[in-house]
Amino acid sequence: MATVRAPKTVQNVTATPDRATLARMLYFLKLTREAEWRIEQVLYRQGKIVGGVYTSRGQEAITVGTAIQLVDGDVVTPTHRDFAAHVIRGTPLQKIFCNWLGRADAPTRGRDGGPHIGDISRGIIAPISPVGAWCPVACGAAMALQRAGQGRIALTYFGEGTSARGDVHEAMNLAAVRKLPVVFVCNNNGFAYSTPPEKEYAVKSLAVRGPAYGMPGASVDGNNVLVVYAAVEKAIARARAGKGPSLIECRTFRMTGHSAHDAAEYVPEDLRKAWAKKDPIERFQKILLREEILTKPQLEEMDRRIQKEIDDAVALAEASPFAAGATAVEGVYCGAECWWEKPLN
Amino acid sequence: MPTLTYLDAIRQGIWEEMERDPSVFLLGEDIGAFGGAFKVTAGMLEKFGEDRVIDTPISESAIVGAAVGAALMGMRPVVEMQFMDFIACGFDQIVNMAAKIHYRWGPAVPIVIRGPSGAGVHGGPFHSQSNEMWFVHTPGLKVVMPATAYDAKGLIKAAIRDENPVIFYEHKFLYRRIKEEIPSEDYVVPLGKAAVRREGRDITVITYGAMVWTALEAAQELEKEGISLEVVDLRSLLPYDEELVLASVRKCSKVILLHEDTRTGGMAGELAALIAEKAFDDLDGPLLRVTAPDTPVPFSPPLEEYFLPTAQKVIGAARKLAAY
Repeated sequence: MATVRAPKTVQNVTATPDRATLARMLYFLKLTREAEWRIEQVLYRQGKIVGGVYTSRGQEAITVGTAIQLVDGDVVTPTHRDFAAHVIRGTPLQKIFCNWLGRADAPTRGRDGGPHIGDISRGIIAPISPVGAWCPVACGAAMALQRAGQGRIALTYFGEGTSARGDVHEAMNLAAVRKLPVVFVCNNNGFAYSTPPEKEYAVKSLAVRGPAYGMPGASVDGNNVLVVYAAVEKAIARARAGKGPSLIECRTFRMTGHSAHDAAEYVPEDLRKAWAKKDPIERFQKILLREEILTKPQLEEMDRRIQKEIDDAVALAEASPFAAGATAVEGVYCGAECWWEKPLN
Repeated sequence: MPTLTYLDAIRQGIWEEMERDPSVFLLGEDIGAFGGAFKVTAGMLEKFGEDRVIDTPISESAIVGAAVGAALMGMRPVVEMQFMDFIACGFDQIVNMAAKIHYRWGPAVPIVIRGPSGAGVHGGPFHSQSNEMWFVHTPGLKVVMPATAYDAKGLIKAAIRDENPVIFYEHKFLYRRIKEEIPSEDYVVPLGKAAVRREGRDITVITYGAMVWTALEAAQELEKEGISLEVVDLRSLLPYDEELVLASVRKCSKVILLHEDTRTGGMAGELAALIAEKAFDDLDGPLLRVTAPDTPVPFSPPLEEYFLPTAQKVIGAARKLAAY
């Protein structure tokens, strides 16, 4: 069976982002925005997507600013709105498109849809639809990492709506009790499907729950990737040093409906407009230009490259066949002869 | 060969697997210094240390979820549910997370969730349930319930070595009431294989768990009347041993389906459907179920006695069938 890739080094605490990392962050922000746009605005409208479409539009900075700091041997449990985590960890783009199209070459071979992708060799644990169920799973991965003693951590994401679930409470409590190397990242994107925060929790900021469990809690601007990076950098360093978990609430806004079929008429127009002015990608791009980290031609080149990567990946995914119907009954159990290790077609 | 109780057999099986494989570790409530509510893990903290015998908060969902996460990292967690009734609190992690991971994206999830189930000790509605069918209806899980001390040890070892999530039901009534000689050398009882506990000619009683002993008691009584019962112990409920069940049905042609679990949606119904589909022509009488009624498990002794299937109830069904 596949296991998480062995760490290359024992200690690897990241520093404040260097120029190359800053450029990579912008690349992953843009790649996420464009790839999800292709899924939602093109492939879905063409009727090619199987199932619902959930994107991270507007909140990409949270995933990018956090997952970019992971190293080999770390584990991440993404939500359905953490597209960037997969590409940052190296999951090929065409594999992701294959999953949205329900094809045989997808990581799930057509067995699960859209964002439910995992790859244990890359330390990615696939989400399931009952949200936040992966938070305790992240704790268990962290138990194994803690025992291995190589300074590896688990990063687990969840939304403000999910924060109401017992699993999140149980996971935070367990992580604090056992000083597990877990970083809890809450993307507070303003709506849990159609339900606003005031119907999900009664505290001013979810950050206060950190100290309530016995861990640090912070609330930051989730639309500023540098702010997210800095907050999580501290939490990750703490986890790597064996000092236990942290909670970071990243305030953002879901710039789409819950899914592509949801027009989100429950969202007040002025609220949406106010958040549109705080677009995390535009903000970050301006900073990089101003600070001369990237030039305009370099940006244009990056945009072209991203479009080409997406075009190529979509073409490969569309060329992938569907798995034969009868494969549905294979591989329910893991045995000596693993179905997943055989070629499908 | 040493004589061990059912409980000690489970304890020894876990102990040996922990000695054999450093990736095996334990998670649960009060399992460390206290040794577990029934003392199945007694002495393990001292022997294996706090890294491998982990007392958790009262958080069944987090316990199972953490087991899944550790299993994905190559560990082999063994979770104790203090009572199998409490497994309901970890239900989502079992049926939506653990059971579906291999099918959805490939990794193995080698976890065991074990604990005491069943009635007969006046535990009431929350310490007596036989809720195995919640999980028998979940593809991706394996469900096991030993009836003997030999099987208890061999099955727990097989469960720990299995690559899939295994729900391991121990019958608390049997913990200290049965014992037998157990071989000192390493052995496993394979998952998915039933056993004939008593050879018979006239009627086969297909059952599992503590009810194996009830069936054997009934068989002894009925022998005096010239009715010969065969007793089949399923040992594993998911997957179950279709071949052995059908062979016994074909041999005896009359069938009693016996379980301590409640009636509707119980294992007896599943077996009845299997037999009707595949051995209809071999039957010489109706398929009879002897089960608990469709009620919660009641607390006080007369109520619980009424609730539980007994040898007398099996005898009654057998006499009825013998008339065909």
